Amino acid sequence: MIAFLARRLVHGALVLLVVSLLAFALSAFVGDPVASILGLNATPEDRAVLRERLNLDDPWASRYLSFVTSAVQGEFGMSYSAQRPVIDLVLERVPATLELAGVALAFSLLIGLPIGVYAAVFRHNWSSGAVMMLSVIGVSLPSFVVGILLIFMFSVRLGWLPSFGRGEVVDIGWWTTGLLTVSGLTSLIMPAAALAVGQVALIARLVRAEMLEVLRTDYIRFARARGLKPRVINLSHALRNTLIPVITVSGIQLGFLVAFAIVVEAVFQWPGLGLLFLQALGSTDVPVISAFLLLAACFFLVINTIVDLLYLVADPRLRVRGGLSSEAAL
Amino acid sequence: MSDTALAAPSRSVLSRIWRSDLAVSFRRNPGAIVGGAILLLLAAGALFAPWVAATDPYDLATLSLLDSRLPPIWIDGGTWPYLLGTDTQGADLLSLILYGMRTSLLVGLAAVALSCTLGSLLGLIAGYFGGRVGGVIMRAADIQFTFPAIILALLIGGIAQAVLPASLQATFALPVVVMALGLSHWPHFARLVRGGVLVEKKKDYVAAARLAGRGSASIMVRQLLPNVMNVIFVLATLDVAFAVMGEATLSFLGFGLPPTEPSLGTLIRSGYSYLFAGEWWLVIFPGLTLMLVIVAINLVGDWLRDALNPRIH
Repeated sequence: MIAFLARRLVHGALVLLVVSLLAFALSAFVGDPVASILGLNATPEDRAVLRERLNLDDPWASRYLSFVTSAVQGEFGMSYSAQRPVIDLVLERVPATLELAGVALAFSLLIGLPIGVYAAVFRHNWSSGAVMMLSVIGVSLPSFVVGILLIFMFSVRLGWLPSFGRGEVVDIGWWTTGLLTVSGLTSLIMPAAALAVGQVALIARLVRAEMLEVLRTDYIRFARARGLKPRVINLSHALRNTLIPVITVSGIQLGFLVAFAIVVEAVFQWPGLGLLFLQALGSTDVPVISAFLLLAACFFLVINTIVDLLYLVADPRLRVRGGLSSEAAL
Repeated sequence: MSDTALAAPSRSVLSRIWRSDLAVSFRRNPGAIVGGAILLLLAAGALFAPWVAATDPYDLATLSLLDSRLPPIWIDGGTWPYLLGTDTQGADLLSLILYGMRTSLLVGLAAVALSCTLGSLLGLIAGYFGGRVGGVIMRAADIQFTFPAIILALLIGGIAQAVLPASLQATFALPVVVMALGLSHWPHFARLVRGGVLVEKKKDYVAAARLAGRGSASIMVRQLLPNVMNVIFVLATLDVAFAVMGEATLSFLGFGLPPTEPSLGTLIRSGYSYLFAGEWWLVIFPGLTLMLVIVAINLVGDWLRDALNPRIH
């Protein structure tokens, strides 16, 4: 276990080193920070002053060091386009993205789990085959196209749901939530559904596969021999042991939902991190891009480590092999 | 192989293909049949777009603004030959989609060719030599795995736009997208091939080849590569779906192909702005086509995975 944690630590440090070098290289070589801040009509004197103030003439090693030290303190500089500290921009966008991804995950579990159980229990039924074929289709649906189709159906045609934005949000301290207002909730339905469609299919397939495995084990056979009702066997004996891998995969999926939220946020103009990243990428707002990359790296490292730990706890066989890397992360 | 094929009459070659394990499993898999048929149809439409399409949507001389914004033919106002309607410049949407699919499939195949070649090569080296070289390669793959591929592809596309001068962007858009998608997916191939090589290289035939005095390169390419080809092939097939979807995503978000280079992604991007203006067909049909392409590829890929390699499920 300790060897595993040490290995994860080394891996994490390596990832952060590479990503921070990349982020630093961006700020050093892509775009001209002086021109971005002062505009193109600045006088040479103003430029020189700013270059001095930003330490742009120092050797790159010392600039990298100061970049890292300020990044560790959450100091990523000013956004070129918004003229505000990057960290503020990022922090105020976090709730929107996490709420979107969280609700999408809840959708995919609430719908995917029952479908998977059904397909496993009635595996000889034709409907189970149909469900599995539908799941191939579900996995294939690009979330942004699903989003567009939903907007066409429920906003343009029926006019039931808002097509963009987050609706009214309630401020609770450092978190803003759209879950407490009607307009916030109606705004959340379509983006979350678009994000969840692929995951529903994925969870359903996973649950079915795991459940089929469990249903073949001896203790299920003995439970049947004891004359327990099929419903009890399926739901209480089999499902409980199916849930462990499902929980871990959900963790990985949360990471993916956050990544794919980028695309969905663009479709729905959802004011989250993904939209911030895309806007920064479009306007070459390097400080924002750098901050996004570093924070995303930390986020995915933490998620992957937690997922691997859960695997270790859930499956003692893996402890012998001394850990694994998050293979399932696509 | 060619000897027997020459000796036997062509009919028996056909019947041998018909009776092969692969063909039998294909016939028993309704998903694969449907997917294969759709894929064949779409690929033919894309390949023969200049002959199949009713009009050449990029021949500006044939466009007429009188025909612009026509709805699909089954809706009042739609006219022949514009089956799916026309865009704001009077170009036939179906023709646009056929031509766009050409670009999308081309980008998809090129991106997979890149990630597959690069990843398989690095995976072969990492698996065969192991040690420090292999360690570095797999470490790099691990680091890249930390990020979802789509973020990396977006980053490459976005940075390329920032760095390239505006005059060169249109010219290099296609290679940039291919690079962005190819470079973001090589670790999948590297990991898979390395795993296969680690298993294969312990077998007797590799030891025999080594004893026979074969060099490392020859063993890797002639002995190991053919034996991991199955898994590479399956992953490559499924990866085409990822690459087509990736191209569409990048282009839709504005970090892929420009509007002058029509693909399914750019059609969806330009059509999306008309969704609220009433010309819904301009975004809905390219979107549905994209879905159809990806579903068809995945159905075929799923069958191939089951048929060629029962190990990875």
